[in-house]
Amino acid sequence: MSTADIQHSTAVAKRRATTTPREARMLRKGLLFAAPASLLLVLIYLLPLIMLGGFSVTDYTLGALRWNFVGIDNFTAAFADPVFMRALWNTVLYALIVIPCGIFGGLGVALLVHARKRSRGFWEFAYFLPVTATLVAMATVWQFLLHPTLGPVNAVISFFGAAPVSFLGNPSLLIPTLAMIGIWQVIGFNMVLFLAGLTAIPQDLQEAARLDGAKNPIDRFFTVTWPLLGPTTMFVTVTTSITAFKVFETVAVLTKGRAGSETLLYALYLEGFDYSNTGYAAALTLIFLLIVLVLSIGQTLHLEKKVHY
Amino acid sequence: MPQSIQLSHITKGFGTTHVLQGIDLTIEPGEFVSLVGMSGCGKSTLLRVIAGLESPTEGQVHIGGVDVTQDDPSDRNLAMVFQSYALYPHMTVRQNIATPLRMRQLSLRQRLPLIGKLLTPAPLRRAIDTAVAEAADSLQISALLDRKPGQLSGGQRQRVALARALVRNPAAFLMDEPLSNLDAKLRAHMREELVSLHKSLGATFIYVTHDQIEAMTMSDRIALMSGGQIAQVGTPDQLYHAPATLTVARFIGSPTINLLPAEADGAGRVRVFGHDIGLTTTARGPVTLGVRAEGLHDAPQGLRLTVLRCENHGADRFVSCALCDDDTQRVTLRQSAPTPGPAVGDHMQIGIDARAAHVFDADGNRCRTQACQQVAA
Amino acid sequence: MSVTRYIPHMVLTLGAGIMLLPFYWMGLTAIRPPAEVFDLTLWPIPKTLAAAENFTQAATSVPMARFMLNGVIVCAGILLVQVVTAVPCAYALAKLRFPGRRLLLATVIAALCVPMQALALPLFVGLAKAQMLNTYFAMMAPFFVSVFAIFLFHQSFRSYPDEIIDAARMDGFSEMDICWGLVLRGSLPALSAFAVFSIVAHWNDLYWPMIVITKTELAPPPLGMLFFSDAETGANYGALMAGATLITAPIVICFLLARKQFIAGITMSGVK
Repeated sequence: MSTADIQHSTAVAKRRATTTPREARMLRKGLLFAAPASLLLVLIYLLPLIMLGGFSVTDYTLGALRWNFVGIDNFTAAFADPVFMRALWNTVLYALIVIPCGIFGGLGVALLVHARKRSRGFWEFAYFLPVTATLVAMATVWQFLLHPTLGPVNAVISFFGAAPVSFLGNPSLLIPTLAMIGIWQVIGFNMVLFLAGLTAIPQDLQEAARLDGAKNPIDRFFTVTWPLLGPTTMFVTVTTSITAFKVFETVAVLTKGRAGSETLLYALYLEGFDYSNTGYAAALTLIFLLIVLVLSIGQTLHLEKKVHY
Repeated sequence: MPQSIQLSHITKGFGTTHVLQGIDLTIEPGEFVSLVGMSGCGKSTLLRVIAGLESPTEGQVHIGGVDVTQDDPSDRNLAMVFQSYALYPHMTVRQNIATPLRMRQLSLRQRLPLIGKLLTPAPLRRAIDTAVAEAADSLQISALLDRKPGQLSGGQRQRVALARALVRNPAAFLMDEPLSNLDAKLRAHMREELVSLHKSLGATFIYVTHDQIEAMTMSDRIALMSGGQIAQVGTPDQLYHAPATLTVARFIGSPTINLLPAEADGAGRVRVFGHDIGLTTTARGPVTLGVRAEGLHDAPQGLRLTVLRCENHGADRFVSCALCDDDTQRVTLRQSAPTPGPAVGDHMQIGIDARAAHVFDADGNRCRTQACQQVAA
Repeated sequence: MSVTRYIPHMVLTLGAGIMLLPFYWMGLTAIRPPAEVFDLTLWPIPKTLAAAENFTQAATSVPMARFMLNGVIVCAGILLVQVVTAVPCAYALAKLRFPGRRLLLATVIAALCVPMQALALPLFVGLAKAQMLNTYFAMMAPFFVSVFAIFLFHQSFRSYPDEIIDAARMDGFSEMDICWGLVLRGSLPALSAFAVFSIVAHWNDLYWPMIVITKTELAPPPLGMLFFSDAETGANYGALMAGATLITAPIVICFLLARKQFIAGITMSGVK
């Protein structure tokens, strides 16, 4: 380091130590601009999360005058509660159906739509429409479509000579039926994400693979398309699984949790807002939050990289 | 095994525009042929037709005498080096080079990800490894085999792309402007390497470029394309010394050929601004006279010029001048550098070497000429 | 050869048929008279048109117009406050230096992972204590700050050239002018995409309104639909489907008009 460098760096250090009025103004502006959102972040995120943690170790119920500290009793109770465990299992089952079907369905549709040139806009519209539509209203329509005697779906099944299926009556079919509607809604969303991923793959690579002897489309898929879609697939998997664990509307409209068809969020809703078991519901919420955080942790680290790159 | 490639009457149209209009070209086994022309002349499309990435609207492609027009690119046994190199970014250099072999030598089951490896017999795997090592060795990239393309420099990627092309013995190598992403120095070096690679492999090379210097320095023959047609096919010398059309004359050579308006009288004697240059031609009426910088020499009775600019190239000097008879006309002449050069604004007089001059008729086609006794004006 | 060429089209058509069937059936039932509702034909024109009766019943048996109005008020209110709070914050994060900037950014990213449903319980208790359940404010308050909007605008603002901001400061622009007039102007695609995302999310949201709203006249469309389908259990599918059509129509029409922005906006929610 030359003396000139040292002089220069001390000058910089000095300038940093004593903030000029202009810089002080900028700092004030920065704080002022960030203040409203920061305040709301505290009120809407930070404080409620602290309260949630607090509730979860008490037996507080809304409106009660007294409450007791119960430690981790709420959590142990949750894992001993047959209703909650059923809700958890139902949600996992739902997710296990929706995640693979939603991802590979979306990928399949995207691969087909990507190859279309002129009609692409129409297919995008058709497959994306369920994503935008109000799910409560569409669930009502599905209820009608799947009606055992009056709905057209069973009419088709009967036409092929099979016995009508009671999609929303048979308890063992409830979760698969909800999952089917979940897939119906998520495919378009995943399709659009995969289409964006496919568009980003350079055409040259596909052509190079053809010249390298990848005649079979399956070879080209495994040599180029699938590896290069890796980041997209990761992202789609995370979003689809979070969406799946948040299933609520279809349950609220179609089953209302009857015949043991509660899901995580629906059980949470009942405990917290119908039965007002605030303390217990807080514990369930923390379990739900933990699941969502585990599912999204990789994604968040990725986002952070994007911010700081 | 190098193969011949024969294109017969290739036409390619996108909608109403015809990118290729009846291309006929035969490339001998082991030949290095450049497709050269301005951007949009159809050279890249023609290469893609040969590769099978585009199918021609009409015409046939024969490789080694076999009609492959309807064949898939993967069945043509051609190797292509893309302008962007098109290396698979998720594979190591080793895997990239092995891909063409895996595709051709392994069954679909053995190519499957993960389990495929277990289904591949060890000798086959070893054979592929050896071939990859040899290809890498011949291009001096053995040290890079475990890196990914993202960690390589432009020149290294270029070598990997070449290694991927030569790891199997293709019928021919197709190269689509492979040097255009390299800096000037590396490009000159790779030019030499490609030529020696061609020599040592004895393979058929088809090389697309917009750079006439690349084409001139590397090729056995050049096919100069313009407007979807081949303007001329020939050795670099033929294109330089006997351009078939004005387009070819303009495209080939640096500095650009001098073109001057001229007049052929009833007997076919060519006059430039009234000066007889001792040349007769088959054309009559207004023609264009083309002469390269080295075809001009000092002559006391010749065309009068004003010097505009002097460019020193070491051994040579190029002097740009305006004609005194019509100062919109420019000519460039070459002089040996050791003699002191003219200053800007100087006047000089030049004669045209009749044997080096070409006459083009109104349609731009070259006419037959014959040198004869010069008659003073 | 010629048959295999059309296989992708056939598969896509079949899939699109399943995707669109609920919409078609909804529209069809909404214009059928009760006598034809259980007719299984897909023929689009009913023998007698009952659209007027069905829609009238949907609009009168529950205050459907009120639901829609509530939806508009809630969506507009939320979007407005979200933009007003998020834009300056994102600008400060992207272009200004202040103490705690990195902490705030980290908080925003961490908050992106926290779903609204996890905050619902304490927010509900707080609002109940403040006697504010069953108000528009309760319906909108949890969404007044959108960490997603802050994140999105931050990413978009960051690419705005610093030179222009410096030049504007020298020209006497206030920091507010720069933020709203220059930098946001340069991020209009992000703004329109976020607007689409926010409106669609809150128009369709059921969970939170179901918690804080019990009065029919305050219900947004999805909650109103739930009330309506409970009241009409199985009795009148025509009117039910007419109601569903009314609720779905605004978003679907917007989607038809602005497909590109819609897809951009909704897929952005993927990072949430």
